[in-house]
Amino acid sequence: MIPNSVDLLLVEDNADDAELTIRELKRHKLANNLYHVRDGEEALDFIFCQGKYTGTRDISHTPKVILLDIQMPKVNGIEVLEKIKSDERTRQLPVVILTSSKEDPDIKRCYDLGANSYIVKPVNFERFTVAIQSLGYYWLLLNQNPV
Amino acid sequence: MPFKDMPIRRKLMRIIFLICGTALLAMSISLFIYGSRSFRKSSLEKLSTIGKIICTNSTAALIFENRQDAKEILAALKAEPHVVTAVLYDEKGKPFVHYPSELDTNAFPLRPGPEGFRFAHSRLEGFQPVVMETRRLGTLYMQSDLGDMYEEFRNYAIITTLVMILSLSLAWMLTRLLQKNISVPILALAGTARMISDKKDYSVRAVKRSKDELGSLTDAFNDMLEQIQEQNLALNEFNQKLEQKVSERTIQLENLNKELEAFSYSISHDLRAPLRGIIGFVTILEEDYTSRLDDEARRITTIIKNNTMKMGHLIDDLLAFSRMGRKDIEKTTISTSAMVEEVIREVAPDDKNGHIQWVIDSIPDVKGDINAVRQVWINLISNAVKYSAKKAAPVIEIGFISRQGETIFFIKDNGVGFDEKYKHKLFKVFQRLHSTDDFEGTGVGLAIVEKVIAKHGGRVWAEAAVGKGACFYFSLPD
Repeated sequence: MIPNSVDLLLVEDNADDAELTIRELKRHKLANNLYHVRDGEEALDFIFCQGKYTGTRDISHTPKVILLDIQMPKVNGIEVLEKIKSDERTRQLPVVILTSSKEDPDIKRCYDLGANSYIVKPVNFERFTVAIQSLGYYWLLLNQNPV
Repeated sequence: MPFKDMPIRRKLMRIIFLICGTALLAMSISLFIYGSRSFRKSSLEKLSTIGKIICTNSTAALIFENRQDAKEILAALKAEPHVVTAVLYDEKGKPFVHYPSELDTNAFPLRPGPEGFRFAHSRLEGFQPVVMETRRLGTLYMQSDLGDMYEEFRNYAIITTLVMILSLSLAWMLTRLLQKNISVPILALAGTARMISDKKDYSVRAVKRSKDELGSLTDAFNDMLEQIQEQNLALNEFNQKLEQKVSERTIQLENLNKELEAFSYSISHDLRAPLRGIIGFVTILEEDYTSRLDDEARRITTIIKNNTMKMGHLIDDLLAFSRMGRKDIEKTTISTSAMVEEVIREVAPDDKNGHIQWVIDSIPDVKGDINAVRQVWINLISNAVKYSAKKAAPVIEIGFISRQGETIFFIKDNGVGFDEKYKHKLFKVFQRLHSTDDFEGTGVGLAIVEKVIAKHGGRVWAEAAVGKGACFYFSLPD
């Protein structure tokens, strides 16, 4: 995987959820340029080319979309979102929030911070696959990012 | 201004003035009556005395028929300006001489009348016999105007008026000075009371000025103030304690609420993630190992998935129930008809072929929390749809009853109904009157309905018979 050509950055600490998501995207051939990081800290390192990603990729090569889980150890999704949206270089990057809970008290906060989408991962696997599949199609194939 | 509404100072002044005036007037009138009587009496006596003198003097002139002498005697009346006419008649009653001499003969009686003087037509007149020893020589007629009496009356009136004015002014001045004894303490008391009620300052005390009833009134008033002040102090202290307690409790409650929110968030988050894992991987098992799974294995994976789904629903419903309990309601006017139509479209989208017969009254608007009340309609209507689904011809009726101060809505179906002896369990969480095999459900819907309606200050109840359908009622206050 060459980090510079990443189209989709998946930030997910739950390995099972990550596996199900990646599997579904792969089924629809949407996972070719997918990169998976396991927590918020790694996500920020990747996006801003810092920590272990220093010198490995160019910051101007932003992914087409970030799928961001909220509940994560160390740096949580909200903090990652805040950093992305407050930095001039990454502000236009589409961020889709993935969460397990409808009860999320941060839903409004996420939109205030500039999240582009907020998706509750359904328990029902069929619905889950539909959700993952459609957001993959939409953000990777349909949506036109600013050049 | 009517007397009863006048300031006390003016009332006192008026009362005293009225009493003084009445007393003075009564005295003046009685003095006047007495004066006029005694004056009439003295005028009468005076005229008769003058008459007697003239009679005595004129005997010689009458005996000797000396007109000249008689005239001179009468002329002496000039000294009495009020005696306007005098006539002396001779023995036979013919006028002998008259005074004043230029008087017309029509101005006096031609013949003497009965003896004695009397008041007649604003004058005093009368006859008096001229007698010497026992022989009657003639008669004297005299007439006096009442000018001096009128003058006397006028003087009398002037003096009375002056005395009255003087005494009344004196009374007025005295009243002004003396009424203060009564009015000042009352006014001071009233002023203190007004000041206290304006400023709500109960530490003020009225000044006691005397030891009479007003003094005791002031004391009682001050006592009352003392009590109010003490009670206020106690009340304030109590209030402060209460406020402190309330704010402490509020903070506790808020913290608890926050904890509860965080708790439900993590429950929904942390409990749902593994469920998704179970279903997801069982599905992968089914998809990737199709050839190696026999029918029994497939049945088992389906059961695993169904149970996991049920667990997911339970978590969702439980969270919905707890959320409904914690949320404050915000009342607005709800267009009930539109809401019910929308809910029906939402809960029975498959009923396009008109399997269910809907009987919907034109239900009125109500005040309530839009989301919460919508949830009530969703739960009740979807229950009606669910429990009448197995009927050949389901009928769902939605209507209302308007009562004093509230509107009662009802949703009636002809479905399976329930046994009324379990009525008390109907609105409790996780209580179901039907098995999950017959009808899907978690037993939370009616508990939410009950909670929402209770929060609105309304009531919920139901009537039913097994196999004949159920009717759910809920009321919302206006």
